Amino acid sequence: MSTNAPMRPRPLSPHLQIYKPIPSMMMSIAHRISGIGLYFGMAIVALFFLAMASGENGHNLFSELFGSIIGMIILFLFSWVLFHHMLGGIRHLIWDFGHMLSREQSRSMSMALPVASLVLTVVAWLIAWVLV
Amino acid sequence: MSIQNDMRTPLKKVRGLGAARDGTDHFWHQRLTAALNVPLILILFGVIAAMFGLGFEGSRALLANPFIGILLAAAFLNICWHMKLGMQMVIEDYIHSDGMKALLLLANGAYCAALALIALYALIKLALLG
Repeated sequence: MSTNAPMRPRPLSPHLQIYKPIPSMMMSIAHRISGIGLYFGMAIVALFFLAMASGENGHNLFSELFGSIIGMIILFLFSWVLFHHMLGGIRHLIWDFGHMLSREQSRSMSMALPVASLVLTVVAWLIAWVLV
Repeated sequence: MSIQNDMRTPLKKVRGLGAARDGTDHFWHQRLTAALNVPLILILFGVIAAMFGLGFEGSRALLANPFIGILLAAAFLNICWHMKLGMQMVIEDYIHSDGMKALLLLANGAYCAALALIALYALIKLALLG
């Protein structure tokens, strides 16, 4: 879009607000928002490794922060967002290879996404709970 | 040589890099890092989960293990490249003023590079110095 064109702004056609929110559209938006969340959340992961390298005090700080109830809730939500973005990405890879593109298939795959990601998150936490 | 219908040179056409001069690299790297992220993310968060039960010395020993350390370094490099590509797409989609777009694209690269460097520094320090 040119910013210095010597004319008044051209009229724009209506955008997102005129469309009915269908599952694949909602999950597309969720995929982008979850990616942005993970983008900033990864800073915590990198800083955690830096704290581990700085010695026992750094480790203790992080285990206190993320051993607390609020810390655990943040970790749980982060892992749900992560699994949501991961399953959403796998869905995109399936589409990239030309599969599951019919209206019914893409709709059911999109509707299953939040449920499947939540189930996967709970299963991952249960596995971690049993093993750790 | 016959008269050509367009002004592009044969070399320009055979390279197939288009107007942005980098072809389909962005799309391809996005997919490649996405697929690689699936196993690497599971390893990264599996290791983090394991560290909850190990305490400081055990966690440090785990990260100093060469197999774990190299896999985690690969995970961070792959994740940070995927983050850079993804956020670049978001910026290009929503930021339309040229100056702000250029600034945010530079900041995006700096942020992702910084995270990768922080993680690599930490992993190398843990591997070599304990």
